[in-house]
Amino acid sequence: MDNIAIKADKLTKRFGDFVAVDAITFDVKQGEIFGFVGANGAGKTTAMRILCGLSVPTSGTATVAGFDVYKQAEEIKKNIGYMSQKFSLYEDLTVMENITFYAGIYGLSDKEIKDRGAELLDRLGITAEAKTFVGSLPLGWKQKLAFSVAVIHRPKIVFLDEPTGGVDPVTRRQFWDLIYEASDRGITAFVTTHYMDEAEYCGRVSVMVDGRIDAFDTPANLKKQFSVNSMNEVFYQLARGAKRKAD
Amino acid sequence: MNTAVLKQLFAFIQKEFYHVFRDRKTLLMLFGVPIAQVLLFGFVLSNEIKGSRIVVCDYAKDYGSQEIIRKIEASKYFKVQKAALTHDQIEAELRSGNIKMAVIFPDHFYNDLSHLNKAQIQIIADASDPNTATTLTSYLTSIINDYQAEALAQTNVSQTIVPQVKMLYNPELLGAPNFVPGVMALVLMLICAMMTSIAIVKEKEMGTMEILLVSPLKPYLVILAKTIPYLLVSLLNLAAILLMSVYLLDLAIKGSVLLLFLESTLFIISCLALGLWISVGAESQMAAMMTSQMSLMLPTMMLTGFMFPIENMPIWMQGISYIVPSRYYYTIVKAIMLQGLGFSAIWRETLVLAFITFVLIVVNIRKFKIRLA
Amino acid sequence: MRTLRFLLQKEFRQILRSKSLLFSIILGPIIQLTLLPLAANFEVKKIAVAVVDHDHSTYSRKLIDKIYASKYFSNGRYRESYKEGAKLVEQNNADIVLEIPHNFEVNMVRDGHEELFIAVNAINGTKAGVGSGYLGAIIADFNQNIRLQWDQPGHFAEAASIDLVNENWYNPFMNYFLYMVPGLMVSLLTGIGAFSASLNIVKEKEIGTIEQINVTPVKKYDFILAKLIPYWVLSMFVFTIGMIISRVAYNIVPVGNISLLYGFLSVYLLTLLGAGLLISTYSDTQQQAVSLAFFFVLVFNMISGVFTPIDSMPGWGQVLSYISPMSHFAAVMRMVVLKGSTFHDILPHFVAIIILAVIFNTWAILNYRKTT
Repeated sequence: MDNIAIKADKLTKRFGDFVAVDAITFDVKQGEIFGFVGANGAGKTTAMRILCGLSVPTSGTATVAGFDVYKQAEEIKKNIGYMSQKFSLYEDLTVMENITFYAGIYGLSDKEIKDRGAELLDRLGITAEAKTFVGSLPLGWKQKLAFSVAVIHRPKIVFLDEPTGGVDPVTRRQFWDLIYEASDRGITAFVTTHYMDEAEYCGRVSVMVDGRIDAFDTPANLKKQFSVNSMNEVFYQLARGAKRKAD
Repeated sequence: MNTAVLKQLFAFIQKEFYHVFRDRKTLLMLFGVPIAQVLLFGFVLSNEIKGSRIVVCDYAKDYGSQEIIRKIEASKYFKVQKAALTHDQIEAELRSGNIKMAVIFPDHFYNDLSHLNKAQIQIIADASDPNTATTLTSYLTSIINDYQAEALAQTNVSQTIVPQVKMLYNPELLGAPNFVPGVMALVLMLICAMMTSIAIVKEKEMGTMEILLVSPLKPYLVILAKTIPYLLVSLLNLAAILLMSVYLLDLAIKGSVLLLFLESTLFIISCLALGLWISVGAESQMAAMMTSQMSLMLPTMMLTGFMFPIENMPIWMQGISYIVPSRYYYTIVKAIMLQGLGFSAIWRETLVLAFITFVLIVVNIRKFKIRLA
Repeated sequence: MRTLRFLLQKEFRQILRSKSLLFSIILGPIIQLTLLPLAANFEVKKIAVAVVDHDHSTYSRKLIDKIYASKYFSNGRYRESYKEGAKLVEQNNADIVLEIPHNFEVNMVRDGHEELFIAVNAINGTKAGVGSGYLGAIIADFNQNIRLQWDQPGHFAEAASIDLVNENWYNPFMNYFLYMVPGLMVSLLTGIGAFSASLNIVKEKEIGTIEQINVTPVKKYDFILAKLIPYWVLSMFVFTIGMIISRVAYNIVPVGNISLLYGFLSVYLLTLLGAGLLISTYSDTQQQAVSLAFFFVLVFNMISGVFTPIDSMPGWGQVLSYISPMSHFAAVMRMVVLKGSTFHDILPHFVAIIILAVIFNTWAILNYRKTT
């Protein structure tokens, strides 16, 4: 099963008697754009943190890029990129310095850093801003830059945790273009979001409610299954049954 | 002020209390530092030089030298180690820091004293700390004077002056009476000025200050609400320090407790005003902390006179000390607590402190108005 | 190693770019080192004596002149009654009241003895003890003089005297700066080390960038090393500036080997930065880190022996002092600078500081987690 990027089987995480992630089972194919949606507090971020090796599961199994989340967390980290909802670049470093830093700690050679850095700046059209401090860039640019930096080492999988929060619709569209481009290059994208229009852009979507995966299919099939016209309505139908309060 | 405003104000104050009392690590700072300071100053630290390790080399081993050594050993100032060391050995001991002083009685000490009416004792002091060296030498001098006086008393000697010394306020020469007022000034300054400024700048950094300022409450009430918990924490601390002084350090409050608390409240208000002043200027928590450290903590430690004697400082530095509020507060606390004096003795200091506070509040209100405009 | 290079590059860029941080780390100590020694002078001198002279005789005037001629006593005021003298003490305008009784001289000559009354403001116990000691010595000296001057030989028995031959080693001119400046340098370096490292890591926690680092293959020890090394280098630099200031401003030239100081400092900084790191692993916000660091720096400072003698502490205080890293550095600094102590002399401190370094750093690394 070479074309499976992520596989989770009855993956569970408890904090005391609170079950944050409740025996979720799913798989993500290589190169797929996988949407991970759910209300606030449904357990999306916890699940993602487990897959990134930031948190150890309580029970169940999962592999990421073929590596076990229990024993091979450090191997996983070499093969993934990550962009969190909190802005993750250093505001007191320039654009190019941020690129150099992240590329460097992923072990790229000096030549690779130079070439890919130039290519990245070119693709985003910000070559002129290479020496600008990241803190003074507009939010939309920062988000696009953060994504490009997260894939600079050409990981197998990139995890995006609510990447488009607070961004205007035009920039969101451009941001998704970047995700498609990465996907075309064979990078699997694992995206959490609560914008339902973004869920429409995904290859397959899983909907989390109260720590469980209550629905899991392509957007088209989900709409058919719930006999509605948009992902928004799919989500409303599922989320209505939620017992957990949003955080 | 109508009841609705009072209610809002109360809600704000309540919120501030949650901030202050839910953060255990910050509470450690608010209450741990004062308690640790009082305990350390009370039981561990003392400017007094005592228990100093010295070596006595007695080459005489006669009646006179042994009598003096017995006196040295009986003194709390010295921990005596007897050994006939050579010059090189003494040097090695001093260099490694094992001893602070060597006292050497030459051969025939008592013989010289009783027959030639003159004898010598050699002292080699580790003067790397000049203060300790001078003090130890003067202790030793008075022990030897004592010995001579006793010897003289047995003979008939003319014209003796007998000084009658009375130690006022602190007959046992303890360290505590001097530092408790100092610690009070330091702690109140720390909590009120430093913690308030950090707390306010934090709201600025996180953007929550804006939300508070657009609320129906007047800006000055918002600020009032932010400072009141620290005022109360400070008064609590004050009470804790005083209780510890009375019950742990046996330091009675001679004057009026009410007057002490009133004067402290005035000082606290001046510190809060200083904290606000810093918070208006600082752009980050780190900056607020550094400014508080440099412009408040250091002057309080240096220029109030409780750690370092002000009269030893250069004149210009003594001049600066006149604008440090804690200097006046320190004098006031000493007067009330230790000397048992009333308001008539401290009205000048109170007036200066009130004036400084008034100026700070006016400056703050003006700065605040400019920022809001 | 390659990862470390990039981590270090980033840290240095951030530090060198932060003006307020650089200001406080480098300029702060320079200012403090030039100002603090001027203030941190515990020498007891300029004791204000109020004199109440009821006698107005040759004796009394000679005694008063002798007192004011001493460098320890500042020119005081004359008052007519003890009550007025005591008032000066209440107002903090006098430290000591000396009352000379009526017929002081007459009684001395006639009865062979007379009392002097001395009242000392003892709130500051040290000043009171030392001050009254000085006064006592001057009076004893005066006493000796009048005996020699007025006594007929053979009329009374001659008093035998003991001479104290006094040698002050290592600091014969009793220069107070020589003692205080090295101590203050230790205090400053301790402040920088403990605050900067802990605040820096907590800041990454607060703004969330630490999450990003945690999902990269960066090893725990690489990350920690990259945080410590810049401050280690910076502290070495600040120390060097400090040595230059003490040379230029206070003319202090270490008697011992400077490389011994640098060697000890390099281990001391490891201990200190380890302690800072430890604080950062226990804090979530900068305010907490500041609070914790402040608490420990304060305790370290107070029990270090820089400001008060360790010998005067009770047994358990001395134990506390022994397990605090700052005391060892303060001791070594003064030993090497003033006495020229050798490696052999400071060996016990070296062993202690290495043990402390290992303890703090192991604890910190164990407590720093990438995963939850």
